[in-house]
Parts: sequence; structure tokens; C-alpha cells
Amino acid sequence: MSEITINIDGKEIKTQEGEYLLNAARANDIFIPAICYLTRCSPTLACRICLVEVDGKQVYACNAKAKDGMNITTTTDAIKSERRAIMEVYDVNHPLQCGVCDQSGECELQNYTLEMGVDSQSYSIKDVERKDKDWGHIHYNPGLCIVCERCVTVCKDMIGDNSLKTVPRGGDALDAEYKDSMPKDAYSMWNKLNKSLIGLTSGEEMLDCTSCGECASVCPVGALVDTHFIYKSNSWELKQIPATCGHCSAGCQISYDVKHASIANPEDKIYRVMNEWNYVSLCGAGRYGFDYENANVTKDEVAFHKAVEAFKKADTIKFTSTITNEEALILEKLKENFGYKLVNNEALAFQTFLKDYSQISGTSLYGSNLKEIAQSNFIVSVGTAIKSDNPNARYSLNNSLTVNKGAALQEESVLYLLLDLFADKEKLPSEISAYLKTFHATKTITVEETIKETIIEIVKTMKMNEETGLEEEVEEEKSKIVPKKISKEVEVDDNKLFELVGAPKDFSETLEKLLAKKDSFSLVVGADLYAHPHAKNLARLVALIEKYSEFKLVMIPSLTNSLGVALINELSSDEGKYSIGYNTKGDFTLSALGDGDFHMPAMNQQEGTLTSINKRVNPTNAALSYGGYELNDIASVLGIVAKNTIDYTRELPTAKGFKAQKFDTLPNHYTNSGEEVRGYELENLAVPHAEDESVEKIDSSLSLGESLIYLVNPVRQFSVFTNKATNLDEVSGVYMSEEFLSKSDFNEGESVRIKSDKGELVATIVSDNKIAGNIVCMPTFDSKLNSEVLFSGYRFTSASIERV
Amino acid sequence: MHNEQFNNRNVSESYFLVDIEDYPTDGWGRFKRVVKRTFRGELFVGLWVVLREMIKFDIHTIQYPQEKMPIGPRYRAVHEMKRLWESGTERCIGCGLCEKICISDCIRIDTKIDENSRKEVSEYSINLGRCIFCGYCAEVCPELAITHGGRYENASEQREHFVMFEDMLTPIDALKAGKQLEFEGFGAITPHEDERVKKTPLSY
Repeated sequence: MSEITINIDGKEIKTQEGEYLLNAARANDIFIPAICYLTRCSPTLACRICLVEVDGKQVYACNAKAKDGMNITTTTDAIKSERRAIMEVYDVNHPLQCGVCDQSGECELQNYTLEMGVDSQSYSIKDVERKDKDWGHIHYNPGLCIVCERCVTVCKDMIGDNSLKTVPRGGDALDAEYKDSMPKDAYSMWNKLNKSLIGLTSGEEMLDCTSCGECASVCPVGALVDTHFIYKSNSWELKQIPATCGHCSAGCQISYDVKHASIANPEDKIYRVMNEWNYVSLCGAGRYGFDYENANVTKDEVAFHKAVEAFKKADTIKFTSTITNEEALILEKLKENFGYKLVNNEALAFQTFLKDYSQISGTSLYGSNLKEIAQSNFIVSVGTAIKSDNPNARYSLNNSLTVNKGAALQEESVLYLLLDLFADKEKLPSEISAYLKTFHATKTITVEETIKETIIEIVKTMKMNEETGLEEEVEEEKSKIVPKKISKEVEVDDNKLFELVGAPKDFSETLEKLLAKKDSFSLVVGADLYAHPHAKNLARLVALIEKYSEFKLVMIPSLTNSLGVALINELSSDEGKYSIGYNTKGDFTLSALGDGDFHMPAMNQQEGTLTSINKRVNPTNAALSYGGYELNDIASVLGIVAKNTIDYTRELPTAKGFKAQKFDTLPNHYTNSGEEVRGYELENLAVPHAEDESVEKIDSSLSLGESLIYLVNPVRQFSVFTNKATNLDEVSGVYMSEEFLSKSDFNEGESVRIKSDKGELVATIVSDNKIAGNIVCMPTFDSKLNSEVLFSGYRFTSASIERV
Repeated sequence: MHNEQFNNRNVSESYFLVDIEDYPTDGWGRFKRVVKRTFRGELFVGLWVVLREMIKFDIHTIQYPQEKMPIGPRYRAVHEMKRLWESGTERCIGCGLCEKICISDCIRIDTKIDENSRKEVSEYSINLGRCIFCGYCAEVCPELAITHGGRYENASEQREHFVMFEDMLTPIDALKAGKQLEFEGFGAITPHEDERVKKTPLSY
């Protein structure tokens, strides 16, 4: 890729060679109409409205690549008439019911119809009956659908669910005379559109996907609408509040759309969550889990005094990582002044892992981010249930082939395998290279090969002798190619590591084929590693892989702001006598859920910054008002005085990579070129590192029993906050994969007692078809279930399950 | 059109001074005026007029509130919600354009999906304390649903006098009796509208 200059409508612009013309134009604020194109997806070529002229030839801007010195004209008379005809076609049989349509006001059909000045209609076709369909959380109105296929494209290319497809529409074919009378592109676009509608890939009545709602958000018209939003509000009445999603560490940019709750209630209410779908995709929790606010809280002075008293009495503050950087800093300041112990085991594990990693890497943070992951073509993820831990990370590695192994405690072997396969052995510390060699052996195996052999057959046939008129037997030679199997003995490299990670037999060949055209590699590691009994060793292995191979590295922080907490707070592992719990159970509990001893604002009622997986400090604004006291008020009474919580934004520790910037100066948007202008990026500081790069060998003594339980939330659930949201209605219980259920004699809905060596609990069985493999999962989003009692920190445990 | 009438700015031409005595400036003058007014018997002049008209029994005043002046069809008083002539259902589709265009921000609508999967206006209110009766809501309404009516009495116990959807809606018996009147003011269909519309071709 090199920088080139192209000329659009007389304006010289610089772009990358091979960039799509549409993207190049958009990045330079040149308008080319386009309906079906989505920036991060492959061009669909359904709408054909992005037609432009390049050096006298008409091309589609969405799939034409830029070459040096191109001359592009965005509008000519011919293109104008094509575009107008296309818009007229889109308006054929489109109901004129903008008044009741939810998309009205932000409808691209409305916009482009006006833009192209369509004031009369020349085409017509008999309509077919198109009935509304209720697909669960999405409502499809085919009457409004213009079959731009954006929903299909985004579901396939971005989300990876592939739940939508085009289905036949039925009805009449186009009038033959249009073929000659209409502009060419408009006719072929209509011809295609007239044959299809959108349907479900599964062929069933209900959507069964990860329920992200991205299809509804990209829909240019009101055909796909979130069921919870139907006829609730006109888009122009909603005020958009730019924010950062507070459910996981991806830190997606979202906007909360708020309006007064009703005529009777002038208080603001969040009606929906919107995203810049060209540049960021949301998951179901981000899109539908918005109403978790701590509502109707007033300033209760008595409770406030009790809270202050509790702070004076306490020696420990327990908290979760669903907290802003500013509040984490307040806690840190409280700790410095009053000697509290800060307890957050999940963040502590991540902090320790980062420190161990820095020992070898010499940098305070991992080197890559999700954007680079999305651009690389070979990605390995270790130790994370990526679908539910960080959906956005999953979107960025969508479309890459993954070999999933739900194997507990094999993480060391996997990392060793990566070192073995990809690391530069010359540069690796010699002991490690030597250790890796011990896994290799040459072995002779018998390979069955099929070769094609030509056989000549002599066939006798009866033929009429024309001369005599008699039938004669004639011998003919026919050559025939038949496959033949032969056995051959070959010498191959036998890598025991494959066996250790439990890879299937032909894994090494599959891998070889996969690797054929790959040139950029990424490694994503997750929370299983941080709490692993050998976490320290794993951290060092991960650092070695990053250092000695081409792999780029991303670590998924376990919760929303685990990275921020790990950088800001000095955490300790042991609790004192009297603890304050912030969003977690303590002797005195501060809770944003409204179930504690003292009320706190929820994430959508706070302003502050969150540190994301992309090492970015993203600002978030308060969407809803909050009438009670917050942590800053308590700290102010205790002597750590600030007017607002966000006054701490510029005091975030620069020694850890933060910048001394005021909250109000932090931007939160994307530019037309897709550049993320949000907050600022953490500086990846150089830290003193040890010369010692040795790592422990694989500990084969570690093993868990047969019946494994994995601590993971279902898709769309992250925490108690997502559990509170009304639109996320996942049933809580013990999740069993369909495979597990079919093998065992348990049935869905039964109550079972689960016993591990740490503790036991009773839960209801929920069948989950989104879990692959033979495994049982326990969620953490339901505080009533209290699933932590089974686990000792590591996300896998062996347990016995029996009916109650 | 000629502009001469506007060009002549000499307004004094057709004006004349009314013959009014100068106001007294000193105390004595004021005293004289009081005495003059008191003993001129103007009160009785007035009383005589009343008596004379009473005896004549030829009364021209309108007996408000029993009797009201007829008002023009374009008069813009308290809003009305019209029904469809054919089905009797309310015309309002809940598009929210009146809410958006209202310059005094006095209209609010709550909508929801009803049991027939249609958009339903669950609540509609106009704050008459803020309404300036400009007629924009009637003009913007695509369904000729909200119009102004002739009810101009707005006396209320409080400034924020609201009018609800149900109060504005034409009673169903009034509709059946054919008493619903189309509004001729802002937003009404202009004559010969049909001739100006471009027709959409249909394949049926």
C-alpha cells in the first residue's frame, strides 16, 4: 500500500492505493450517495447508486479501487438519470406512511428521494402480499424493505452469526418494455430487488442468534426495528448523549437516546442505544441493556451519615471493576490517606499478570489493539470465551477460522505450541529452544495415497458389418482412468505438543493449509490465564511469544475497567475486619443496583472515563439524572475534596500512561474516514525488565476431573447490571450445551445440586445452543445464584452434578 | 397596483384637532371642573338613555353567554380532533409533526403499539397556557386530523389549562349526525388540488 493522489470532481485528494473510491471520497468530505455499502464490510452492489465516472467509464465507487492519477466525476447527466431512476424504483410500492414509521426523520429512503428530487413516479409493478413478521427482539416489516441487504451483510461480515439471508419474493416479473426504456443500472438493480426479501437462515419463525440488534441499526428504512422501540418515539424527539458502553472492556462508543418518559413524567428516560454502525458494532448487551439506572434516589442525609461513619470504621474497601477511572482514583486517594485495603481480586489477577508480562516485554502494556487484530489474518485466542467475554473482540476476529478447544489447564501447552510454531528459535533463549526440541521426533507413518492410473481395456462389442450386413464381434481398445490406493511410508515431524493441547489428528495439516497465505498474526489472551494457577509462567510465555514471533498481542481485561483499576489502584488480596463493599457485598454495601445500604449512581448516570481493551481512555456522559449522593460526596466529607468527580480526570497517574487532560476536553466521536477520535490513548511506557527470560516447563501434574464447569456468562450478559435491564431476559441457571445434555440424563428445567471442593449450590438447568462442546457453564450475572462459591479464582473447576 | 397612496406621507391632511378644553393647571381650575361635572347631571343623562331603551324593548346587545356571535370558519380557537367520515375512527396517526412544529412547545404525544400492531396515540395533550393559536399544527397535519375550532372560551382556574385528546375529538354521535365540520383555515385542502397532483402509475 502506498499513498497516491486521485482527483475527485477537480479536487486533488490523497489516499491509499487499493482503497475503495467511496471510502476515499468520504474521508475527504466528498459526497457520493450510497445505500447498500457498509464501511467495514464487503461491497454488496445491491443499490448501484454509488455510480461514478472514472476516466470516462462508469464504475461503482463502493468496489472500484483507487489507482494513482485517477480522474473521478461524481455526477454526470447519465449518472443523474440512473440515480433518479434507482430512487424511483425504490419508491415503487413503498407505503407512504412515513407518519407512523419509526425510521421517519433518519430514513435514507426519505433522504435520497428528496436528494435526487423524485417528484413523480414512472414505474410500477403489482405488489405481492408482504406480511409483518415478529422475529423476537427484531420486528421485520417487509412492506417497507428495500432489500439493500445491509442487514444480511452486517450479520455475515461483521457479527458472524449469518442469521439473515435473502429469500424469494414471488410475484410478477418486470414488464419487458422497461428493459429498453429504463436506464441500464436501475433496471438490473430493480430486477434483482424484485425477486427477493429478507428471511431467516434457519428457516424458523424466531431469530436464534447472539441478538446484537445490529441488523436493525443498519437498516436504512423502517423494515427492521427493535421490538422494544416500535412506535415509542420519533427519532427527532430524542436527544443523543455520547457515551461509552459500561458493560465490558471493549468500551464501544454508543449514544443514549433520551426523551421525557411520558406526558405525565417529565424525567428523562433512555429509549434506545445507537451506534456509529459504520465504525463500531455493538453486542446485545450494549444495545439492549440500557435501563439499569438507579432511579428515584434522593439525598438521604441519615443514610449519608451512616455511610460516612461506616467509612470511618472500615479498614477495607471491596469493589468491582465496573467503576470509572475517576472513582478508582478516589478510592486510591482514600487508601493513601486512611490506609484502607483495596480488594478487587479479579483486577488484582490482571494487574499481577501485566506485571509478570512486563518483566520480559519491558513495556507496561500489551502491544496491540482490536483494530490491528481485525486487520490481521491469523488469530489465536487463548483462555477466553470470546463471544461473551468481549463481543467486540469477537467481531474483529470474525471470519477467521477458529479451532475451539474447551480444554482446561492446557493453556501452557497451547502457548508452548505457539512458541514452537512461530517463534524465531535462533533468538529465543537457548534453554527454551532446547526444551521445545524435546517435543519433536521423527516418525515414519504410512500414508495412503490415491493415484490415478490409466488402464487399457480390451472391450468386445457387437458391430454391424456394413459390407456383409452381419453382426460381428469387434475388439476395441479403450483407455480408462481409475483411482488406485497405494500405501507409502513417509518420514514426518511428530510434534507432541499437538497431542498435549488435544488437537484433532489432522490438525497440523489443517494448520499448514491455513497458514499458506497468512502474513499478519495476532494473539488474544483472556481471563482464564490471569487466574490460572500458573498465571506467572503464562504471562512470561505470552511475553516471549510477542517478543520472539510476529504475533501481535491483546489481553482482554476481564471486566469493564479492569485495565484502569489495574493501573490506578494498589490492590491487596486479604480483607480486614470491617469492609465497605462498592457494588459488591461488604459489611456496609454501597450499591448502584438499589439493594445495598447506600445508593450509588449507575454507569449511565455518571460522567467519567473508562479504560478499554484498546488502551484508550474513553469519556462517558451521564444520560440520566441522579438525585442522590455519590462516592465523591463521601470522599469530600472525609477530606478528599473535589467539586465534581470528573475533576480527577486530569489527576490520573501519568506515571502509568494516563495524560493530564481535563474531562471536558476529551472528544468522543468518529470522523468520516472512520478514525476514532475518542479520549486519548494510554502511553505504553517502557519499564525496567529483567534479563532472565526463563519459563517453567509444562506442568503435567495439573489436571481437573472429567466433569468441568466453566465460569462464563451467556451471550448478552456481563454483570448484575445487564441482569437488571428489562430487555435482556436471559434465564439464569446452570448452562449446559446441547451436546452435554444429550449425553447426560439431565433435562432442561430440572434443579441440580452442584458440588465442587470449594462449595456447593443448587441451580436450574438451562439448555444453551450457543455453547459448543461438552461443557457446563455457570454465569456470574445473577447475584442470587452466587456461583463464585464453587470457584477458587480460576475459571474452571471440576464438580459433581446431581439431581435434587 | 399604484403606490401613490403610500408615497404621500403628509398624514396631517385628513386629520383635524378635536375641540377639547385645556386641562386645568391650578387648584382653582381643578375645583371648578369638579363642581361642573358634579352638578351637570350627566349621570341622569345616562340613566335616561337606559330607561328609554328599556321601554322601547328593541334590544341589540348579544345575550352572552346564552347567545354567541357567529364566528368565521377560519377562526383559530381551541383545537379539535377530527374523525374519518367513513369509519368513524380518529384521523390522528400519531406522526408527531404537530409536536415538532409547535413553536410554543405546548403539544406532547405519547405513542405505543396497539393490539393490532398499529401505532396508537396513548396520550395527547395541548397546554393551552402556552398555546398561541398560531395554526402551525393544523397546517402541518398530514391527515387533517388536528384543526382549530370555534370554542374560544378558555377561562380556567389555573394558567396551565390542558386540553386532552378525548376532549378535542369529535363525539361519535356528532359525527354520525353529520355535524363534524371540516376546517377551512390553515392546512385545509385548497380548491382544485386534484388537478395539481401528479398521479403514480399503478399495475392493478
